[in-house]
Amino acid sequence: MEDKERTGISDRIWNFFASVKLTVVILIILPLISIIGTIVEQQADQATNIKLLTKFFGDSAAPAVYNIFVKLGFMDMYRSWWFLGILILFSINLIVCSLERIPKVLRVINNPIKPLKENVIKTLPVKKELSIKADLKKVRDEILNRLTASRYRVFESTEEDSVQLYSQKGKYTRMGVYIVHLSILLIFVGAIIGARFGFRGFLNLGEGEYSTVAYARKGGKIEKIPLNFVIKCNWYNTEYYYGKDTPREFQSELVIIDGGREVKKKVIEVNSPLKYKGITFYQSSYGMLEDAIGTFILEVTPKGGQGSILRLKLGESFEIPGTNVKGIIVDFSPALGRNPETGALTTYAETMVNPAVAIEFDEPGKKKFKGWILKRYSETGVLPDGSQINFLDYWGVEYTGLQVVKDPGVGIIYLACIIMTLGLYVSFFMSHKKFWIRLAPDTSGGKGYVKIIFGGTASKNRLSFEREIDRILSKASRAIEGSTQRSAGAEGIKK
Amino acid sequence: MSSSAFFVISELSYFLAIAVYISYIAFRKNSIGVIATSITVFGFLNQSIALIIRWVDSYHYWLVSNPASTFIESLLRGAPLRNLYESLVFFVWSIILFYLIMEFRYKNRSLGAFVLPVAALALAFIDISGTQKEIQPLIPALQSNWLLFHVLLSFLGYAAFAVSFGAAIAYLVMVTESRKETSYIFWSIIVGIFAVILIAMGVDFFSLSAAQREELIQSHFLKASFRSSSGGIVAISWVASIAFIFTIWHFGLGLKKMLAGLALTPNMLDDITYKSITVGFPLFTLGGLLMGAIWANSAWGTYWSWDPKETWSLITWFVYALFIHARFRAGWRGKKTAILAVIGFIAVIFTYLGVNLVLSGLHAYGS
Ligand code: HEM
Repeated sequence: MEDKERTGISDRIWNFFASVKLTVVILIILPLISIIGTIVEQQADQATNIKLLTKFFGDSAAPAVYNIFVKLGFMDMYRSWWFLGILILFSINLIVCSLERIPKVLRVINNPIKPLKENVIKTLPVKKELSIKADLKKVRDEILNRLTASRYRVFESTEEDSVQLYSQKGKYTRMGVYIVHLSILLIFVGAIIGARFGFRGFLNLGEGEYSTVAYARKGGKIEKIPLNFVIKCNWYNTEYYYGKDTPREFQSELVIIDGGREVKKKVIEVNSPLKYKGITFYQSSYGMLEDAIGTFILEVTPKGGQGSILRLKLGESFEIPGTNVKGIIVDFSPALGRNPETGALTTYAETMVNPAVAIEFDEPGKKKFKGWILKRYSETGVLPDGSQINFLDYWGVEYTGLQVVKDPGVGIIYLACIIMTLGLYVSFFMSHKKFWIRLAPDTSGGKGYVKIIFGGTASKNRLSFEREIDRILSKASRAIEGSTQRSAGAEGIKK
Repeated sequence: MSSSAFFVISELSYFLAIAVYISYIAFRKNSIGVIATSITVFGFLNQSIALIIRWVDSYHYWLVSNPASTFIESLLRGAPLRNLYESLVFFVWSIILFYLIMEFRYKNRSLGAFVLPVAALALAFIDISGTQKEIQPLIPALQSNWLLFHVLLSFLGYAAFAVSFGAAIAYLVMVTESRKETSYIFWSIIVGIFAVILIAMGVDFFSLSAAQREELIQSHFLKASFRSSSGGIVAISWVASIAFIFTIWHFGLGLKKMLAGLALTPNMLDDITYKSITVGFPLFTLGGLLMGAIWANSAWGTYWSWDPKETWSLITWFVYALFIHARFRAGWRGKKTAILAVIGFIAVIFTYLGVNLVLSGLHAYGS
């Protein structure tokens, strides 16, 4: 009682936050304001955005506008205090609005369903009336059976000569929207936990290198983040589609060393990271190490013999086992191709798009010859005498770019996704259905008729509720009519 | 026959169906309506066959470079939702599917004259924009089941939004009374802008050589009109467009007369707008936002990074959330919610195409 009388300041604040008008206003403001951040490049360097602003405001005004935008926080707006402010307002609105309504909805849910007067039943949005020539008891039994078969828990009340069957289903679906709202709040909770207790860093590891830290950018500076274990990169590799320079997979083999022991080893790929002690390593980029001298890894297989792996530097030589053919590594190209005009061999990229090694072969009494062997095309490694040289890798010259993430909020985010999906399903595809069916002798029609008056409501999808009811009632009436005819026929014979 | 042959048949059927749906509205003969539906269904079957053939082709394409891949994996990696072209084609397919369901449920054919043009718009866009049509290898980030379901559900959601857009426009056409009314001005300008952009792309198309057409979207979008290097052409484009939109505004009331007296009622259109959104919203939330976030997290370790594309899908989501709350709780009805449905779909288009075309262009050129 006291609560309702109160019109003080706290009450007005409560009402402000509980209003759906505020929701509407927020849902208008949020999208409009979010647009700014999709036009102005976020967290970009000064030159990029001044160039952009020049297009709108001209050369002279752009730097001034830029400064204003920086002050307003537009350059990193999704993290600005006022954007977070709107999100907080939004959350308060959501919480207060739900707190205000949930008790009322619970009252509706817990309110037991009661029989209704005939004239009230007739005013309900879903209605049906029909008359059947049959015994009242039989009609009641048949309809009751059908309803029970459709999993309705039916209540019954009798009154003089009439019977009323009534029931409801799905009353808890009214909570669906609050499940959706809860999931939105959970997403905020997950995001806050992630921001507070997690980090987002990066780490570039050369082939064969290891590290005990990752790095993160913080306000223009680069900070070290200790990992408390050792991460090592065994190798990095880009796989390409055959005959094309379209990458098929970026892969690195990572090893975790903890307490002096190798505890985990995995080849990571995009969409398949490595996780250890809450920290996840994602394949995110790659590149060439500066001034690195690599090792050629070759697999040499004489005709009909066993293959062996060789590790060599530029200028070193080897012998093909079982023959007296000698090879010497004379050249390397990270991306060997042909010049489309002259047809001459060239190196067309700095990165290892199409690595090739040049080997000069020397067999006593024969002419020396030089051949290029391409890593991506093993058929280039078949020698005239039938032996095979596979160029497996030029190791030690590439690094793998890892995204290093610790986000203890992710689990909550995933949970929120599941809850939101359930909540949306309940709120949009399920409904709270209630109905009353009154059965009474039909006074207007002939003797022996039963009048069925149906009235019902559905919180959603009224059309499908109507169809369901139509189906139940028509099945029931057909069954009743069928059996009445049969018994009427039997009576006829008796006469 | 090849996939593209079936696709061309379906495309022609849809364009023909629009004409027949419009004649149905004009002449109000039931038989014409039946023909319109039959042509649409025929087109739909052809497109379904085209999709299946393409799926089989890309299944084999994937298997060639990934012989160790299992049957299921190859089937998923081959699903024809792998690039702009395929997703637009699937979008058209979903619009038609969704429309046919609506036509069946509401036993009303006139809506076809409004929804099929949205599909036709997408088809015209596919043809003019010269998007890459060949089956291409999948780069690593795209080899993900989350991504696949993300695209699949998003486009089913978009198709439902497209139907709500058609119904909302039809609603606005039917209920606006005078040229001075805000809602009338709104719909005539929106329809005008759609037409102008498509015509401008047509101009791009015909001003380019066959080889350049492949790059229309990336490098030549509106370069023959609004974004031309010649100031004169830019000026002419603006004047012509404004004149064109003015014409639509001036003669638009005639459309209303055509629709008056049809079985199509504003109430039914309002209902279809809302029903489509209640189907589209959960699909888009689950597919567009949640699965997109899960995919991003599994590929890069960030489920949300506020990049323009993500932000625009969030904007779209807010607009439809606004529609739902405004209609249910704030008691908005009729014109206001119809306008929201139109804005929502514009946000959808912007999310899918605008971010790549307009925003990235903004950042790219001049540098
Ligand atoms: C963008 C985030 C939001 C989403 C996705 C969302 C989703 C929904 C959905 C799906 C419904 C059910 C609509 C229907 O009955 O068909 C709903 C209803 C509702 N929402 Fe939200 N909502 C959001 C934010 C909010 C906020 C911030 C408030 C704060 C006041 C709010 C208040 C309500 C209310 C009062 C209802 C009606 C519940 C009832 O019928 O008892 N919503 N919302």
